[in-house]
Amino acid sequence: MIDKHEDVELAALVKAQATYYEAPQSLRDRIGVDLAKAAPRAHRWAEWQQWLGMGAAFACGVMLSVAITFFYGVSGQQDRLAAQVIDGHVRSLMVAHLSDVASSDQHTVKPWFNGKLDFSPPVWDLATEGFPLIGGRLDYIDERPVAALVYRHRLHTINVFVWPARSNPSVASSSTSRNGFNVTSWRDEGMQFWAVSDINSADLQRFGQLLRKQGKS
Amino acid sequence: MTERAQGFEAVALTHLNAVYNLARWLVRDEHVAQDMVQEAYLRALKFHHGLRGDDMRPWLLGIVRNTCYTWLKNNRHGEQVEFDEERDSGAYESAFDRAENSPEALLLCKQESARVNRAIAALPPVFREVLVLRELEELSYDEIAVVAAIPAGTVMSRLARARAMLRTELNRMMSEE
Repeated sequence: MIDKHEDVELAALVKAQATYYEAPQSLRDRIGVDLAKAAPRAHRWAEWQQWLGMGAAFACGVMLSVAITFFYGVSGQQDRLAAQVIDGHVRSLMVAHLSDVASSDQHTVKPWFNGKLDFSPPVWDLATEGFPLIGGRLDYIDERPVAALVYRHRLHTINVFVWPARSNPSVASSSTSRNGFNVTSWRDEGMQFWAVSDINSADLQRFGQLLRKQGKS
Repeated sequence: MTERAQGFEAVALTHLNAVYNLARWLVRDEHVAQDMVQEAYLRALKFHHGLRGDDMRPWLLGIVRNTCYTWLKNNRHGEQVEFDEERDSGAYESAFDRAENSPEALLLCKQESARVNRAIAALPPVFREVLVLRELEELSYDEIAVVAAIPAGTVMSRLARARAMLRTELNRMMSEE
């Protein structure tokens, strides 16, 4: 599109007269601190990856038992995912960024993910069972963008992370608890689900079962 | 510090002014804009893996834009946030009838810069953002399309309408003086 003469004039006026707001130094400093704080974590992770690589080579060398390697690999992956899921949950509460789409209507939340993810997460409202849907957002777990569905139970928030399952059936479901957060995971209809909350383990299990039942009906 | 994180920090901070300028224009409050930018950078830090350096500016702008829109929806119920075909195609002039008319405002109006700022600020956010991104940030249509998550063709038509609305508003302000 070639800009018309009057558009060029208007553009020049805006360029010359409209204020370009420059970021204050205090903001620049604040973000610098944020970025620096996050960096050591990335560092540890990179180091871990390095060790993992070396470990794998070593394992080949000495022919460690395949079964043992597999067992530790699986439990390590589960731990890592649980930690990521809890991180995501805490962060969502911390920065007051719970949902990108705030709605209790599953027919609003589900289509919102269209075009944002390469899969369509199953979304159900469980208000009648005491777990109302309050929204959804995008998150990043296990090195891929995932759907995060947000539910409320009394005054507690439940985050459910959903993404397409990888083909490794032995890591399908687990439950764990750390730092006061309960985490439960399962696999359904080719999707991996991780639910995390500060509600008690029994309630979280019940919530997971309700979601699974919705998937079956 | 890893090279990847260091690289992200260095490159991301070079776009800080662009990100802040967009946020400041969208929420029209310097403190809120700062919070939006900080939140956007935290999100960006989490999601940036695999992103190439030259894509970063529109990508960062897109994140801060979404952050601002979420805030606008939650805090400025009176302000039209979503694009509304019916409302935005026809009677958009009526939106400007609410503009301030106090003597102080008219006095300020005599200064060209204040007038232009006010006219842009009066535009609905979806038009304000394409104008700011195009005229102040000098982004390409394709880049604006990425930021606003709309097709490039829509960027053109929205920009044309934004310019027409701005022209109308400036003329209206001039005639009032």
